[in-house]
Amino acid sequence: MAKQYETVIGLEVHVELATKTKIFCSCSTAFGGAPNSHTCPVCTGMPGALPVLNKQVVEYAVAIGLAINCTIARESKFDRKNYFYPDNPQNYQISQLYLPIARDGYVEIETGGRRKKIRIHEMHMEEDAGKLVHDEWDDTSLVDYNRSGVPLVEIVSEPDMRSAEEVIAYLETLRTIIQYLGASDCKLQEGSMRADVNLSVREAGTDKFGTRTEMKNLNSFKAITRAIEAERLRQIELLEEGKLVIQETRRWDDNKETSRAMRSKEDARDYRYFPDPDLVPVVIDDVWLERIKADQPEFRSEKLARYKEEFDIPMSDAEIITSSKRMADIFEETAGLCGNPKKAANWLMVETMRLLKEHDMEPEDIAFSPAGLAKLIGLADAGIINSSVAKDVFEKVFTEDIDPEQYVEERGLRTVSDEDALRRVIAKVIEDTPHAVSDYRGGKEKALGALIGRTMKAMEGKADPALVGKILKDML
Amino acid sequence: MADRISDETIEYIGILSKLELDGSEKEAAKADMEKMIAYIDRLNELDTEGIEPMPHVFPIYNAFRSDEVENGDESVRTLANAPVQKEGSFVVPKTIG
Repeated sequence: MAKQYETVIGLEVHVELATKTKIFCSCSTAFGGAPNSHTCPVCTGMPGALPVLNKQVVEYAVAIGLAINCTIARESKFDRKNYFYPDNPQNYQISQLYLPIARDGYVEIETGGRRKKIRIHEMHMEEDAGKLVHDEWDDTSLVDYNRSGVPLVEIVSEPDMRSAEEVIAYLETLRTIIQYLGASDCKLQEGSMRADVNLSVREAGTDKFGTRTEMKNLNSFKAITRAIEAERLRQIELLEEGKLVIQETRRWDDNKETSRAMRSKEDARDYRYFPDPDLVPVVIDDVWLERIKADQPEFRSEKLARYKEEFDIPMSDAEIITSSKRMADIFEETAGLCGNPKKAANWLMVETMRLLKEHDMEPEDIAFSPAGLAKLIGLADAGIINSSVAKDVFEKVFTEDIDPEQYVEERGLRTVSDEDALRRVIAKVIEDTPHAVSDYRGGKEKALGALIGRTMKAMEGKADPALVGKILKDML
Repeated sequence: MADRISDETIEYIGILSKLELDGSEKEAAKADMEKMIAYIDRLNELDTEGIEPMPHVFPIYNAFRSDEVENGDESVRTLANAPVQKEGSFVVPKTIG
């Protein structure tokens, strides 16, 4: 019988913090500026430039550290990690090795109904590197230092995960926590959340870890899942052939669905860390720590428990709504304004989700105001507009954040409930469509639908189809 | 004091530094580094018995700036340092990354 193997995975997750400025200088962190337009002597490593720590980075880092149940270091400091690469203009990255800001935490994940704690080894603050773009035309690389000095936290887990499913659950949990804090948007595709996967395999039942590899360049949950499966199989195959797994860094190519070992020159692991003499220690006293604790938001698990108590909505809806802080905020405000949590949840679950997909957007990108949705629900509930008009108006709320009440008035979208007016239109429809009328009178119930459709069209959608049906039956 | 820096060490530091050194450059670097190490070795003459290590040499902490954008577009000044530039970027030899 073939041997059974267990996969052992630990993660290093980098998260770009949502500060306005870089970690050590007053340059903007805005995404998408012209190359090198957000640079200065500090973030391009000019000799003599003096880095000064952005206080907001510490605020976010401590908030994240607390949320992932870490012990916050009361005294923390920065070190230089030395390596030579064109994306790193100082020839060292300012990071934390000896006294990182947070240690010994955990997050709880759930896979297949089973809960599990994934331990966090440590979390430190550091700066991001610049961006290299390969120029195909003249076979050179172009360097843009706009990202150089953007603040990051790196969250290092213990090797506690055993499958791709657990890895994804861990990343989703981290992402939700950090988004709830507003500390980052955590977009894998845009690189504001990046995960390196450390993976080894061992025979099931053994305690000793196998030799691990580190996989880089994983830009989506799908890529992570594929890379884990491929690396697991590659290592098992080596062991089955009696070969050894080499400890190395491998770069995943998601198009080819394989990884290759990075050259040893790229993988020089001797970083010769030493304390950064330009940056003074960070001391977090009780007052500061207690203030950040008091400011922590209600996290997802707490929200879910409260929704269960407060709102009469399905748990599956509550889970989707609370998966995004933005969505949960909109839900709560809308429900409060319109007094109808069920309807608020329904508009988010159906129409909002559909439009997000159609516009290729994430829930965090939702731009409409809860007041707009609440007003729309009010209009529909009062029968002032019918459900199909409501859907059209909602699209306008979603894309342009219009005021639905004003919009309905200006466009004259109110449902006509004046029976006399409706009867006049219906009389004209009956006159214009004699065959449908005779079909209906001949016993074809379906013909009524066609007549309702014609009336709705003549009314430009501004009628209650049920009322139209009732009048039609009456008139025929 | 001599031969503290072996040929292998120079070779290794060259790799870490992405430098290609020829024979005479290696010898010169070796001599320089040995001098530096000898100089730093003088620190070992100090008696540090019973002294707590310090995280930083100055007794100050928490020097922060507030999170406000103060720098404008400095790309022209930044790029003035580029030996070669193209499309607002520094041009470097082809780098996989």
